[in-house]
Amino acid sequence: MATTNNTDSGKRKTAFSTLQTVLSAMASRPSGLVGLILVAFHIALAIVSPAIAPYDFRELSAQIILNEPSSEHWFGTDNLGRDIFTRTMLGGRQALLVTTISTILAIIWGGLLGVLFGLVGGRLDEFLMRLVDAFLCLPWILVLLLIVVTVGSGPVVLIPTLGFFYGIPVIRMARAATHDVVALDFVTAARARGETRSTIVRRELLPNVLDVLLVEGAMRWSWMLLAFSSLSFLGFGVTPPTPDWGLMISDARSFMSIAPWVALPPVIALSSLIIGINLSADALAKALGIDRAQKAPV
Amino acid sequence: MRESLVQVNNLGIGFTSRAKVTLPILRNIDLAIGEGETIGLVGESGCGKSTLALAMMGYLKSGLRVLEGDSLFRGRNVFDMDKRALEDIRGGELALIPQNAGQSLTPTSRIGRQINESVKLHTRLAKEQRRERVIELLSQVRLPQPQELLNRYPHELSGGQQQRVAIAMALAGEPDVLLLDEPTTGLDVTTQAHILELLRDLATETGTAMVYVSHDLGAIARVSDRIAVMYAGEFVLEGPAHQVLKWPAHPYARGLLLSIPRLKEAVVPTSMPGLPPPPGGAGQGCAFADRCPMTEQLCRDKRPALEPTAMQELVCCHFHERVDQLPLPESPKRPDRSNLDELNNILRLENVAINYAKPSIVDQILNRQPDVTPTVDKIDLTICRGETIGLVGESGSGKSTILRAIAGLLPPQSGTITYDKAESLNTPVGERGKDLLRSVQLIFQNPDASLNPRHTVAELLAQPLKLYFGLGGDELRERSVTLLERVRLRADYLERLPSQLSGGEKQRVAVARAFAAEPELVLCDEVTSALDVSVQAAVLHLLTQLQVDHGTTYVFVSHDLAVVRALADRVAVLYQGRLCEMGPSENVYRSPSHPYTEVLLGAVLEPDPDAEPVLAAEDAVDLFPPAKGCPFYRRCPRHIGDICDNETPPWQPTGPGHAIRCHIPLGELLNMQYQSATTN
Repeated sequence: MATTNNTDSGKRKTAFSTLQTVLSAMASRPSGLVGLILVAFHIALAIVSPAIAPYDFRELSAQIILNEPSSEHWFGTDNLGRDIFTRTMLGGRQALLVTTISTILAIIWGGLLGVLFGLVGGRLDEFLMRLVDAFLCLPWILVLLLIVVTVGSGPVVLIPTLGFFYGIPVIRMARAATHDVVALDFVTAARARGETRSTIVRRELLPNVLDVLLVEGAMRWSWMLLAFSSLSFLGFGVTPPTPDWGLMISDARSFMSIAPWVALPPVIALSSLIIGINLSADALAKALGIDRAQKAPV
Repeated sequence: MRESLVQVNNLGIGFTSRAKVTLPILRNIDLAIGEGETIGLVGESGCGKSTLALAMMGYLKSGLRVLEGDSLFRGRNVFDMDKRALEDIRGGELALIPQNAGQSLTPTSRIGRQINESVKLHTRLAKEQRRERVIELLSQVRLPQPQELLNRYPHELSGGQQQRVAIAMALAGEPDVLLLDEPTTGLDVTTQAHILELLRDLATETGTAMVYVSHDLGAIARVSDRIAVMYAGEFVLEGPAHQVLKWPAHPYARGLLLSIPRLKEAVVPTSMPGLPPPPGGAGQGCAFADRCPMTEQLCRDKRPALEPTAMQELVCCHFHERVDQLPLPESPKRPDRSNLDELNNILRLENVAINYAKPSIVDQILNRQPDVTPTVDKIDLTICRGETIGLVGESGSGKSTILRAIAGLLPPQSGTITYDKAESLNTPVGERGKDLLRSVQLIFQNPDASLNPRHTVAELLAQPLKLYFGLGGDELRERSVTLLERVRLRADYLERLPSQLSGGEKQRVAVARAFAAEPELVLCDEVTSALDVSVQAAVLHLLTQLQVDHGTTYVFVSHDLAVVRALADRVAVLYQGRLCEMGPSENVYRSPSHPYTEVLLGAVLEPDPDAEPVLAAEDAVDLFPPAKGCPFYRRCPRHIGDICDNETPPWQPTGPGHAIRCHIPLGELLNMQYQSATTN
């Protein structure tokens, strides 16, 4: 028992040190460092914001409608007299929660299916991939709207829906990465040994496509954030009065000419998070040695 | 003394490590190459031979820099030249032929255009003349029908033809010096022999000086006037080829020569212990001291300098006078096989045909066989318990296909494969019982590909142990350590990843993984062809030892007849998926043999300056349409007429257990082969 414990902790240690080396490699580039800081800032803010927000995000006040930024209300107030600083701080929580879980879902189901398709190969793979292509042709925003309208919005619907749709391009990536690995002799060796298909996927293929999946996941995450904010912007994402950047931008649209400070904070917050994720994804790809810029065929 | 074209003076090249320490890759290199001279650079991988060759054209891989000395080309230091001047001499006066020509040709551009481009770059010929020149170059490298070749794409050529095109491109600028970086590694023996003959002829025809880099002393012996043996970034021996190959004055050169398997005798070659030191790891003494059979305290304390010997050589050894007195190392004993009995067979293949082409949907529905010639056909083989059978042939001969069929990865289309006289091996791997799976194990050619790069050695070895024996915990670890001991690796290797092992160590782990299953039958697929000669000898040694200890049966696939000679009790020769010859190895390596075996034997390169390869047949011919009669009829040097083209040759018994498949009556064949042996 003691020995197994030892090897376990040994493994965790190596996993931790790998994480450490990858993170330090990412941070060694200025762009990667900026990206990591932005993402870390947003995540930290999402966690602690309810405790440190200066006002209640629901608090209305007829006296301070569309006030300019002041020492009391740093970012000013909106058309209902709510503190914009508070609402911007809290506005990313729902989006981050929903998209993070959806990304993990998308990577897991898309990754597993993609690896399986890559392993099976042949006509079945060919047929299923055409099905994937068909799904990719659908204009996602229309499909999302259709689902939200028929089933209703809220995280319970959005998480699986986003996870499903954003998993489809992951299938493609995972399959392509698997094709590179599956022709190698160690997979043949495992087959010749008589390993089961699930063992081959788990032990031989997944560890070798994990890098690609991680980078793909980071990219999908930023796309998903945009999608979620778009839904909120259209009024199908978050139900008011819960603050959300997409919703805030949508509300602020009408007063853009008289009160530009209402729209600016959520725009900056959303953009900085997405830029941060994209920079981190690029740095991650470079740190893992799967640089898209170098590998891109066109 | 003639004026030298390339003059390397006390060159040192190195890089700065992460710990900010400067580590040398090359040290104190002095070399002069005169006009028309061919120099062979030889050594194990990582000894700096390619770095030196590339440095002669002023090219350093990123991160490397010159630490001291210089390299002159026609009196000018290449490291001082500006970009323009370097571009002028590179490709023009100094041309490089890389190892993998297939990769150096642009896949989307026609052969004619690619060669034309280098002609345009290095000459001032007009357009029409350039076309003439391209055709001239193609015929210079002995490519048939150059006119037609102009419009072909690289993928339409064989590996040997691609290498010839690369040589033609290098010759376009009429270079004074050709740098050849392992130009024949990875090619078939016959193709390799042809390319080497071509290079030899070119050297005499054009008077081009050559620098030939290779780990293979056999290839070097064929082309070089002088040989420089490199070890850990230094020259340890330099001298006339004949002298170096016949009486090597350095223990390392001697070890390299001894590790090459020879056709003449059926012994496992001896290997050198240990590994070359990492860059900067040589210490203050002789870099070879740890592996040398005659090390003394002086070797560890003081680094020897290159000093001239009485035989026009330069040698870097304190005790070089004593090298020829060293006793011959003992080669491992092969198990006694005098009592082999076909009745006690472990594997039997009867009339086996294997096909890669999958039946189309229409064929599947109508349940009929597609009308294509199988990749492998009419294979009858009986493999006795405890023996080693060698399957020999060029690439495309179907040897690996047969192994895949036995392993159940590609079930045969027809015929039967029987294991241990009872169990059918026609089933695919998924339908085999666990015990049968365990009994038959496969070892692959390239350990880089056959070991999962994400698994530690412990995890790699655990896979078969868990699968077949359900081991876990301490028991699993103990068994893994025992397995590593068997392949002579220390227990601390368990925690390493494949990327932290050398090529030879990786292949040992692959062998250990196969033996973890305690197999009865091990299928070895070109297990040594991706390795250096010295490492190859060690792996051959290991396989022999394991066979002695466990009585395992081997099916050993290789394109190298000399390697098969070292290990196999019986040999089967394959051409285009058909058996040509089958018999005890001492008979196969002797006349009369099938004309194809004769061609293969003639092409084997031995590190003997007096041996001359016999190139009896073309190295590449069209394979379509498939042969109706003898599969070898298009290339056969002893072709006797229509009967060869149209009728399948019969098996002719030539001795106990030995038969060849040829139309020529045995007496006549023996006579022919005797005559050509005496004329050579």
